[in-house]
Amino acid sequence: MKSIRWILALKVLIAGLAIAGAVAASSGIAKTPASAATEVKIDNFSFAPQTVTVPVGTTVHWTNRDDIPHTVVSQDMSFKSKALDTDEDFTYTFSKPGTYDYFCSLHPKMTAKVVVQ
Amino acid sequence: MSDANQRDEILHDHNHDGVDRRGFLKCMAWAGTGAFCVMKGGVLKSYSLSRLAEIGEREAEGELSFVQISDSHMGFNKAANPDVVSTLKVAVDRINALSTKPEFILHTGDVSHLSKPAEFDTVEQILKSAPTGDILYVPGEHDVLNDDGKQFHERFGKGARPGGWYSFDKKGVHFIGLVNVMNLKAGGLGNLGKEQLEWMEKDVKHLSKSTPVVVFAHIPLWTVYHEWGWGTEDSAQALSYLKRFGSVTVLNGHIHQTMQKVEGNITFHTAASTAFPQPKPGTAPGPGPMKVPAEQLRSLLGVTDVNYLRGRHALAVVDSTLG
Repeated sequence: MKSIRWILALKVLIAGLAIAGAVAASSGIAKTPASAATEVKIDNFSFAPQTVTVPVGTTVHWTNRDDIPHTVVSQDMSFKSKALDTDEDFTYTFSKPGTYDYFCSLHPKMTAKVVVQ
Repeated sequence: MSDANQRDEILHDHNHDGVDRRGFLKCMAWAGTGAFCVMKGGVLKSYSLSRLAEIGEREAEGELSFVQISDSHMGFNKAANPDVVSTLKVAVDRINALSTKPEFILHTGDVSHLSKPAEFDTVEQILKSAPTGDILYVPGEHDVLNDDGKQFHERFGKGARPGGWYSFDKKGVHFIGLVNVMNLKAGGLGNLGKEQLEWMEKDVKHLSKSTPVVVFAHIPLWTVYHEWGWGTEDSAQALSYLKRFGSVTVLNGHIHQTMQKVEGNITFHTAASTAFPQPKPGTAPGPGPMKVPAEQLRSLLGVTDVNYLRGRHALAVVDSTLG
C-alpha cells in the first residue's frame, strides 16, 4: 500500500514538474524574441515596425512587400543590403548591443531602427 | 534645404498671384506621356503630348523645340502597369506625330526599374523609333542601384563629368543636366553635393544674363512635398547661381505627375511618368504606385487638366497658349 502511495506521489510530482517545465519553457520562449518580432516588413515606403528591440545575437529579417525596390542601410554603414525588389529579403545578425539607425538609401525619408540589448 | 525654406517656397504667396499652398496643390494634374517644349523669344513653353491636337504649327514655332520624357521604369511589371513597354511606345508615337521635329529628347531619369542591362537595352531600342537620335539622360535613383551608377554613366554619360553631370548649348540656349540621386543622407532629400555645385557655379559664370537657361534633373529642384522626400537638399544653392538670368526653366521627373510653378525668374515643371501614376502629395499614406483599372491607366497617363491654369497669370505663363 505504502509503495503504491509512493508511486502515486512520484507520478504527481513528475506530472507537476512536467507542467512547471512546460510553463518555464513557454515563458522562456516569450522572453527571447518570438520569430515575428525580428521580422521587419517594408511596404508603401516605410519600415514596420519602425523600432525593433532585440537581444544580442538576434537575426533581423527584412522583406520588401512594396512594388518599388528599397534598400536597408545602417547610418554607420555596419550593414547595407543590395536593392531589394518585391519579395526579396535581407538578414543581419546583431552581435553587439547598441542602437542601429538605418534607412533606405534610395528613399532616405524611410528611416527606422534596431535596438540591441 | 531647411524646413523653413520649404515652407517659404510652398506656403507663401510671393508673387501675390493667389497661388497659396492649397491652390498650388490643386494645380497639379495627370499629364501626358511626355512634354513638348518650345523656346520662343527666350521663354520656354511646355505642352503635354497627350494634348497633341492643341500643338499646332503656330505653337510649335520657335527658336528651338525638344521633348522631355521621364520615369519609363522599364522592368516594372506590377498591377499599376504590367506593360510599361507599350506605354513608352505610345510616348514615342506621339513624339513622331509632332508637326515639328524636336531637336532632341531629354529623359529625366528612372529609365529602368532595377538598373538591369536588359531594361536599359529595351528603352534604347524603343527610343530608336523616335524622330531624333539625340537623346540626353540624367539618372534617377532606380538607374544607379548597386553600382553607384557606373553602368548608367558608361552607357548614357558620354561627354559628362565623372559624377555624371554636364552642360551643352543649343541654338543660344544653355542646358544643364544635374545628378541629384547619389549619396542620399538618412532622413534627407535629393542631393547635388559640393563638387557638382562648384562645377555649376563655374559653368554659368561666363554666360550673359540674357542667355535662356534650362536645368534638368530627376528629383525636383524645389520642395514639392518634404514628407515624401520630393525635393533636393541643396537646390537653393544651385538656383542662387541662376538668379541673374532673365529666363530659367527647371525640368524634373520622379513624382510621376505634372506640376508647374513660377518663382521669380524660374519656371519649374515636372513631367508625368510613361509608366505609372503616383498619388498627389499627402493624399495617400505613402507615394507608392497608384493602382487603377487597366482601362483607366492610359487615360490617367494621358489626361491633362489645365483648367486651373487658365486665368491664373503666374501659372498661365507656361501654358497660356493652351486655352
